[in-house]
Amino acid sequence: MTPSKILADFDPEIAHVLTHKKYESEHILSLLEKERLTYEDFFALVSPSAESFLPQLAARAQSLTLSHFGRTKQLYTPLYLSNVCINQCVYCGFQVKLQIPPITLNEKEIVDNYRYLSAQGFGHILLLTGESPRFAGVDYIERAIILAKHFFPYVSLEVFPVSTSDYERYAAAGANGITLYQETYNKVLYSTLHPKGPKSDYFFRLEGPERALLAGFRQVGLGTLLGLTDWRLDGALLGLHAYLLQRTYWQASIQVSFPRIQPISAAPHDIFPVSDKALAQLICAFRLFLPQAGLTLSTRESTDLRNKLIHLGISHISAGSNTRPGGYTRGSIEPGQFETQDNRSLSDVMNMLIDQGFDPILKDWSTLFDSALKTS
Amino acid sequence: MDIMKDSLVASGAEMVTVALRRVNLDQPEDHLLSNLDPKLFLLLPNTSGAQTAEEAVRLARLSKASGLLPAWIKLEVTPEPRYLLPDGDATLRAAEILVKEGFTVLPYIQPDPILAKRLENVGVATVMPLASPIGSNKGLRCIELLEIIIENSTIPVIIDAGLGKPSDAAAAMELGADAVLVNTAIATAKNPLLMALAFKQAVEAGRQGFLAGLASTHQFASASSPLEWLSSL
Repeated sequence: MTPSKILADFDPEIAHVLTHKKYESEHILSLLEKERLTYEDFFALVSPSAESFLPQLAARAQSLTLSHFGRTKQLYTPLYLSNVCINQCVYCGFQVKLQIPPITLNEKEIVDNYRYLSAQGFGHILLLTGESPRFAGVDYIERAIILAKHFFPYVSLEVFPVSTSDYERYAAAGANGITLYQETYNKVLYSTLHPKGPKSDYFFRLEGPERALLAGFRQVGLGTLLGLTDWRLDGALLGLHAYLLQRTYWQASIQVSFPRIQPISAAPHDIFPVSDKALAQLICAFRLFLPQAGLTLSTRESTDLRNKLIHLGISHISAGSNTRPGGYTRGSIEPGQFETQDNRSLSDVMNMLIDQGFDPILKDWSTLFDSALKTS
Repeated sequence: MDIMKDSLVASGAEMVTVALRRVNLDQPEDHLLSNLDPKLFLLLPNTSGAQTAEEAVRLARLSKASGLLPAWIKLEVTPEPRYLLPDGDATLRAAEILVKEGFTVLPYIQPDPILAKRLENVGVATVMPLASPIGSNKGLRCIELLEIIIENSTIPVIIDAGLGKPSDAAAAMELGADAVLVNTAIATAKNPLLMALAFKQAVEAGRQGFLAGLASTHQFASASSPLEWLSSL
């Protein structure tokens, strides 16, 4: 059984019970002492019963983060290459129905943005696209990776899932990591939210990280879009997904992101609010369950909250982000994928980190590690 | 950065290891390197992040070619990113290549006495066995094997990883280790400077204890009555 198959077969009723039942206080407190947690333990830590122990949970998360990451915080920058998308994710600012002006950067625009971001000091870039085989397909993304490697040691992708052989092309071009959010692990809701386009295939997406790992990627990032449904349940299954991948692909580094949905006024839909407290509980629970996993928080979150959460479990943050295609060098006016809340520049974020006693890391990779597809 | 520099001086460290993946070897003004004075410490580049022997070898060659760092290499080959446990087989292969190419090789290993001897035979400068998993601060959990490595070794033994407290460092030195390598315990202390000083003193105390000849922990009663009959034989 592959991780994706185990996950797809995992009974959502069981996950619901384990994340919502009443646990004794003694049980929750015992988990804070335990060195290695099972996924059932993790489910208990995201339950309402664990909520009243948030201060204790946070203290433990903070100490684990310090043990495994020291004072380092990794920085990266996203670059949107294209907003063209044939999918219809009902919550997204790039969906086809919104008829936003289609923009796909050409090579010169791409390189201009790379040059700008590299001059800021970034050594890790995250490339993003919508899903458009016609305007920004595999050939386009492969070319963007090759160009990016002239400027950045570490290149990761947040693009639509592809076949193993296409992931091999990305890896051979020099890409090091992929991020692929499942959005929600609720299959019924998934179908409702993704009615059309290739993204409507739940399992093809679920298996994406595994195909990337088989293709030679060393790092995969997972996430759910928090706010689409009950965060306890989705968060629990996200943890299980990360755990299962880690167990099978023991050489890979599995990371987790915590994007909270930013409402797009043009695309109304039901939102299940995730409070700051809930986000903190989820992040801390992840840190206890997966002590060595990279945990990412983007500029979707406010300056104040990001400043606080880097003390608990967050190890990777973006800075100075622009969610419009090529937005760093174009004076664009069309909407981004979502509105960023933390608009500090890279140097502001670095100064904040240093002031708080952290060590900002811009480069954490040698291109000599790029020999993907090697036999290891 | 200032705290780091002050702590390094306070610790009395003679070697400082630098992750090659974090430095820009094509930029002589690299932030990290320019902040470490090579007159105060021997800068020891390390291959952390390498998952295979080949990657570690290439990284070492690049470091040497840059001319920015000495031709010494702390060899780390860690195929899994969570516990960063070294791959003994790959480490031995990489060490063999690098020694032949003239590097002074300091390999990071699990406390495996056989591997330590094999590495010694290919000509490494030291072995650097771990005391417990990196970052765990658990101290000398593998003490029985570390004792055998120290007993058998004809090259210096540096205890690397897992030393959480000054007393752990003192205990490692009392065993007869030649040095310790410490990062997390100092870097994440509330007061890194004071902790660096504490480690310095602990290392010195442990070393002096070893040199002085530790008293046996076995308390033999002298000429206790049940043994008296032996002297009349």
